[in-house]
Formats: sequence, structure tokens, C-alpha cells
Amino acid sequence: MSISKLNKIVITKSAAETQRFGRKLARQLKPGDLVCLSGGLGAGKTCLVQGIARGLQVKDYVNSPTFKIINEYAGKIPVYHFDLYRLEGLTDLRELGYEEYFYGQGLSLVEWAEKIIPFLPKQYLRIELRRVDEHTRKIILTDWRRKK
Amino acid sequence: MQNLHLITSLLQTNKDFMNILAIETSCDEASASVVQNGRKILSNVISSQIHIHAKYGGVVPELASRHHLENINFVVAEALAKARLRINDIDTLAVTQGPGLVGSLLAGIMAAKTLSLIYRLPLLPINHIEGHIYANFLEHRIKPPFLALVISGGHTELVIQRDHTHYKILGRTRDDAVGEAYDKVAKLLDLGYPGGPVIDKLAKKGDPQYIKFPRPYLTGSYDFSFSGLKTSVVNYVSKHPASSVQHLADVVASFQQAVIEVLVNKTIQTALKLKMKKIVLAGGVAANSALRGLFTDKIRKTGITLYYPSPVLCTDNAAMIGCAAYYRLKNKKLEYNQKMLTFKAAPNLQL
Ligand SMILES: Nc1ncnc2c1ncn2[C@@H]1O[C@H](COP(=O)(O)OP(=O)(O)OP(=O)(O)O)[C@@H](O)[C@H]1O
Ligand SMILES: Nc1ncnc2c1ncn2[C@@H]1O[C@H](COP(=O)(O)OP(=O)(O)OP(=O)(O)O)[C@@H](O)[C@H]1O
Ligand SMILES: [Mg+2]
Ligand SMILES: [Mg+2]
Repeated sequence: MSISKLNKIVITKSAAETQRFGRKLARQLKPGDLVCLSGGLGAGKTCLVQGIARGLQVKDYVNSPTFKIINEYAGKIPVYHFDLYRLEGLTDLRELGYEEYFYGQGLSLVEWAEKIIPFLPKQYLRIELRRVDEHTRKIILTDWRRKK
Repeated sequence: MQNLHLITSLLQTNKDFMNILAIETSCDEASASVVQNGRKILSNVISSQIHIHAKYGGVVPELASRHHLENINFVVAEALAKARLRINDIDTLAVTQGPGLVGSLLAGIMAAKTLSLIYRLPLLPINHIEGHIYANFLEHRIKPPFLALVISGGHTELVIQRDHTHYKILGRTRDDAVGEAYDKVAKLLDLGYPGGPVIDKLAKKGDPQYIKFPRPYLTGSYDFSFSGLKTSVVNYVSKHPASSVQHLADVVASFQQAVIEVLVNKTIQTALKLKMKKIVLAGGVAANSALRGLFTDKIRKTGITLYYPSPVLCTDNAAMIGCAAYYRLKNKKLEYNQKMLTFKAAPNLQL
């Protein structure tokens, strides 16, 4: 994956604009990529994922996976949408079969991934959403590599 | 010898009731219940794990299922004991197949399959959401068709139930479920988990008109959306941090008012439009007292009848699963066969 050229900061002024950015970003994401989204309640993580999924021709509604922890979609490539909000600490994630997703043939998009940092692959795209005001979000993309 | 035969067959003909032992472990709770003839709850044991999860502010799936595995045998034994029955008195087993958390579902399914195999009891997999709707059949005499509003932690759906097997989902949430919005707002305000019951109680002391939060109607669609409302609460609180218990009560009352107005108005309008004479509420949020109150108010003079379950039957419980299984079977006696054990957990099962 060549996500290092994605390092950047984007400011959006509406949910629609964030989704539009997601659609554009989708073109650069490939099977096997992992995207970790962080940012507080209502920052727009799900909103951005909706845009990315749309960009990958997912037809289904992409709604919040908070309760189910994972939702799977069939788009141009398989899309796995996680939300680890209800997970706390370094719980054993094996039960979810997360390895099959993270190291599989689809794109994994993970909200609240900061809860499982030790379990994350060595490289992923980190997206931080910051709420600036009611309608404005600062979206910070970083290519993240863990030194082993 | 002949007499003995006569007696047993007499006993069998006398036994014109059906006992279903149901197991439900889709999420937080492990529950087991014995339901007789689809309506009589002989027992409904719910091993609430809330005390464990409360400190995490949410469900920990791995913890939940490990706990289920330890709990489930105890819960089943307790359900039989409370019903004053032995496993031999059970005619059919039922278990939640999905939707839910995979680990949690597996624990219940494993227990049910084991019982089925050992005691040669027929086993029926049941949809959890169907179960929530059937909670109503435990207490009311209802006949489909009706319009169901399913409002729970993971679902917000308007469903038409035509008969005991046909469902049509008219609309669903495009982002957050209602129960999820309750839980997130509660977490934001440090009120604890689960958020629904806490907000329900605190809102009684607050002014529901204090803040005019947006009402997400999505006019022209049967869908719902609650993430914008959630975010409005985030926005409000970031500008006006809760300054007193009264202020907190006003905030949650205003949030709740926005939620229930949308749910009530949208559901009643849909029922009128589709000429449905009955509305059925289902799922954990159906326990909400303000929602029930507003529904009861607004339904007057519409000619529509409103049904909802008792609060304990709104949230996850096994009796609703047993009830759904009963109506699936009706009076058919099901015979055990090994094919019944081939179904798998279905975390994304749809109605
Ligand atoms: N009195 C109440 N008022 C509002 N919400 C409530 C009330 N009681 C429970 N809830 C909410 O109901 C939800 C739990 O309901 P339920 O057990 O049906 O959901 P679930 O089983 O976790 O999800 P699903 O059924 O979608 O899989 C929680 O979000 C909780 O906050
Ligand atoms: N510029 C913006 N970008 C994204 N969302 C915005 C923007 N401005 C306002 N919003 C609103 O913020 C909300 C974002 O909600 P969303 O559910 O996507 O957040 P989230 O980060 O996934 O929250 P959660 O922690 O609950 O999962 C939406 O209601 C959206 O309309
Ligand atoms: Mg989200
Ligand atoms: Mg439920």
C-alpha cells in the first residue's frame, strides 16, 4: 500500500463534504488496507466511512456498527466496518475473528481502533477527526508504521 | 402391561399443552425461559451482567461470552426449577440464532444444541428481532397484520408483519439506533450504562422544552436518523457544560423529547397512511415511559390500537424467544432429528 502520499490535513464544512472526501479517498484504498478512525462522539467517523463505502460502490446503508461491532458490505471490494466503542482494554479479540478481516482480502475501516493498538498490523492509515465547531471538522491523515 | 400402555397414552392425550424451553444470549444477558402454549411464562430467568459491564461503559464481547458459557447451564437449570419442571417435560427447545454478537450467540447455541442432542429434543433457531416483536404476544391477544416499531440497542425499524411468517421492513435507521443514541448521550454526560433507563428516570425531573433539539423526520421516507441528534447534544454540552442536576435533567429531557416525538409521529403517520389498525412496540426502548405516554396520547381518536410489552419483556429475555417459537410451530409437533443441529450463529440475520 502506498498510503504515505495520503498524509495530509483536510478541513470540511459539512457532513456532505466529509462524505465527498471519503468517496475520493476510496479510490486510493486497496484490498488488505486498514484504516483506523479516531475522534470523539459525533466527530464524523461513521460519516466518513459512509463516503468511503459509497466510493467503493457499496449499495447498502452504512449505519453505525456500535452495537454489532462489525458490519460487512459487498462493494467493488469487501468492506469491513468495525466500531470498537463498546470494547475496553486489551480484550482478546480473537472471538471476533478480527485477524481474518485485518489480514484478509477486504478493506477494514475501524472506529475507536485506539482501543486495540497492540493488536493492530504494523502499517495502517490513521485518520483523526477533530470537531472544530458544529459544522467544521479537521481531518488528519497519517501513514502509520510501527517500528518493531 | 396393557394397563401401563393405557395410562401412558392417557397421559399423552391429557398433555395438550406445549412446553418450550428457550435460550437467549444475543448480547448482554444470558436468559432461559419455559413458556407454555406460547403465552404462559412458567419462568424467565435473566442473568443480568450489567454489574460487570457497567464499569466498562459498554459490553465487552469476550467477557460477555465467557460469562455466558459459565452462566448458561446455571440459568437453564434455574429456569426449569422455577417452572417446576424437569427436562423430560419439555417438548421443544428454541434458541436465538441472530442478530447479535457472534461470541455471545455461540454460547447459547452451543448450550441448546447440547441439550437437544442429549435429550433428543427438537430445536428451533429464532430471530432475535422476531422475538422482540413476539414479546407482545405473551401478554396480549393480537393478530397480524400490524405495524411494528422495533427500537432497541442495535435496531430502529418500522416493520409490517402480515402473518406469523411474513415481515416487510419499511424503514430503518441510516446511522445510529435509538437505544444506541440513548447510551451514547448517557455516556457523554457520565450517567452510566445502559443509558436508556437512567435517562428515562432523570428526564422525569427535567423540562422537555428546555432546548429545542432537531427533530430528524426524514420526510418522505420511512427511515430514521439519530446521529445528528446525538451530535446536537455533543454541540450543546460543549457550549453549556452541565452545571447542576436540574440542568442535566433538562438536557436529557429535551433530548428524549426530540427522540420520542419523531418515533411517535412517524409511526402513527405511517400506520394511518397504510391503513394499519394496530401498532406494536418492541425492543428495549419500548420500555421508555415518556414514549409510552406520548404514544398513548397521540393514538387517541385515530382508531388505532397500541400494544407494548411490560418493561422486563421489552429488553432481552428468553420468554420472547419461546413465544416466537411457539407461533412458528403452532400446533405442529416437531420431531427431533440431527439436521436440526446444523444451523449456525448468524450475527447479521435480517427479519
Ligand atoms: N426505559 C428505557 N428508555 C429508553 N431506552 C431504554 C430503556 N430501557 C432500555 N433501553 C435501551 O434499550 C437498549 C437495550 O435494548 P435491547 O435489549 O432490546 O437491545 P439489544 O438486544 O442490545 O439490541 P438488539 O435487540 O438490537 O440486538 C439499550 O440501548 C437501552 O439503553
Ligand atoms: N464537517 C462535518 N463532517 C462530518 N460530520 C459532520 C460535519 N459537520 C457536522 N457533522 C455531523 O456530525 C455527525 C457525525 O456523526 P457520526 O455518527 O458520523 O460520528 P462518529 O464519529 O461516528 O460518532 P460515534 O463516536 O458515535 O461513532 C453527523 O450528525 C453529521 O451530520
Ligand atoms: Mg460512529
Ligand atoms: Mg435485543
